[in-house]
Amino acid sequence: MSERKPKASRQAFGEALADLGATHPHIVVLDADLAKSTKSELFATKFPERFVECGIAEQNMVGVAAGLGLAGKNAFCCSFACFVAGRFETIKISVAYSGGNVKIVGTHAGVGIGPDGYSQMGLEDLALMRTLPTMQVFQPSDEVETRQIMEYLASHDGPAYLRLTRQELTPMHGPEYRFVPGKIDVLAEGKDVAIFATGGPVMHAMAARAALAADGIDAAVINVPSIKPLDHDGIAAWATKVPLFVSVEDHNVLGGMGGAVAEVLASVPRSARLHRHGILDVFGESGEPEDLYRKFRLDGPGITAVVREALGR
Amino acid sequence: MTQDRQTAVAALDAQCTRLRRDILEMITEAGSGHPGGSLSAVDLIATLYAHHLRQGAARASDPTRDRFVLSKGHGVPALYAVLAEHGYFPHADLKSLRKLGSPLQGHPVVGTVPGIEACTGSLGQGLSVAVGMALAARLDGHDARTWCLMGDGEIQEGQVWEALMSASKFRLDNLVGILDFNKAQIDGLVKDVMPIEPVEDKARSFGWLTRRIDGHDFEQILSAYAWAEVPEGLPKLIVADTIKGKGVSFMESDLVKWHGVATTREQLEKALSELSVKGAGR
Ligand SMILES: Cc1ncc(C[n+]2csc(CCOP(=O)(O)OP(=O)(O)O)c2C)c(N)n1
Repeated sequence: MSERKPKASRQAFGEALADLGATHPHIVVLDADLAKSTKSELFATKFPERFVECGIAEQNMVGVAAGLGLAGKNAFCCSFACFVAGRFETIKISVAYSGGNVKIVGTHAGVGIGPDGYSQMGLEDLALMRTLPTMQVFQPSDEVETRQIMEYLASHDGPAYLRLTRQELTPMHGPEYRFVPGKIDVLAEGKDVAIFATGGPVMHAMAARAALAADGIDAAVINVPSIKPLDHDGIAAWATKVPLFVSVEDHNVLGGMGGAVAEVLASVPRSARLHRHGILDVFGESGEPEDLYRKFRLDGPGITAVVREALGR
Repeated sequence: MTQDRQTAVAALDAQCTRLRRDILEMITEAGSGHPGGSLSAVDLIATLYAHHLRQGAARASDPTRDRFVLSKGHGVPALYAVLAEHGYFPHADLKSLRKLGSPLQGHPVVGTVPGIEACTGSLGQGLSVAVGMALAARLDGHDARTWCLMGDGEIQEGQVWEALMSASKFRLDNLVGILDFNKAQIDGLVKDVMPIEPVEDKARSFGWLTRRIDGHDFEQILSAYAWAEVPEGLPKLIVADTIKGKGVSFMESDLVKWHGVATTREQLEKALSELSVKGAGR
């Protein structure tokens, strides 16, 4: 299950989905000509009769998933994050409002997709999905967490959005880890600053913590796999423990996880101020994933520099 | 064929062999990209720029120019190669494809290099944009034509059919659609993933005039483009039967595999050995 090797969260998702198919007969899976990339093909090979290939027609796919969900199935509907989120209003009406049991899966999220460039980058999906009532929003940071979120989604009845990476993620968790929807996951304690990270950048936040420690800065790293429901109380508690929050995500800084944390901070007593870091409301571009993470300061050195600047040290 | 036509066809043939080499070299250098659909489309795009598109590098931002919208944006290596061939930007830039900071983005982006008319890469959007451009030319009272190239998998998108419907409603006889019908997409063959046939019947029932050609036969491409330029009160669709990976034997025999995988150096050498340019080089 967890081999403690780096693995893309899309790969972990595909493997978990294929396993869960055996114990959850009401799971059906839809894809839009990207099954090889989203890794839904692992399910398709094992359960061809419960796999629906929709072709390059994401809007229809979302609608068909909604119908399957309303008729008693748990429909996992997969494509790149940018293309599923692009069918937002169909998700709003046919999925969320209609109350169907649909899991929207967006892979290749963020600039981490690399050289394909901005048109293939989901950089606004969290912001969109978060605004739909009843829609839950999750983003795992490694294989173990992906699998646990999948176990939850396999039996959760209701709409949810799952955001996954193309790139490999270093393990952050051991097999003893328990994902809890609506809870933050404190990876490391610290008293000078709390770095809130989600998805691809989480492992880099841990690297930044080590670099900061060498400079005498004690940074907590808090993984946020559950963006909605969000851990209001957990975040509020940290807001009185440290002077600074830095949120880090491979998503537009507007409306994503950092935006969600800002909404909590606005309504609680706090000593912490928040610096939101991510894609600074600009378009993404082509480049190797590592080069883009460097450019957008989402890698270890980048996050280290951002935290130091925010602390003024 | 007249003497002139024979000369034109021979020149296109030689040019497209060179362009195929450019495409494969730039994708290999980038380490990622879409060779199959670039090679299936390059004959169609090169013929358009060489003989029918009233544009040229000097007129790339002239408001009355003909416009070409590459709706299947992942085929952009073919367009970049053609644009470089026609002097829109230096040929040497091709090797920066997909690199950080390069104007040659992985999918077309307006404003990066001259000649890119729309941001595409999210499939299914180009024809609608082309409808808008054709409507604008009519409103402005000039005779500019808009050409739009789509993939066969791409037209599974519902928006394409909304665009088809609107173009015939508006009787846009200054709009030409070209379908690169290479029979393959990512998850398999088009006929298995989501069949589109009978595609000509479908387009006709949406009010378009259609014609079907071999998309690698320059004589047929030239005649179809000449036909498309004759205004008949309705938009026209050219359904071009093509081969994904055309020109490279190991791609032609494995259509689906070569959608979005870059050739290695070794594979490139093998491919280039099948693409030898007779006579003088560039
Ligand atoms: C809206 C959208 N969905 C999915 C994709 C991912 N994608 C890129 S190319 C491709 C297959 C395209 O097939 P086709 O149109 O037949 O192109 P060709 O075979 O000519 O390369 C897909 C699904 C995309 N770019 N846009």
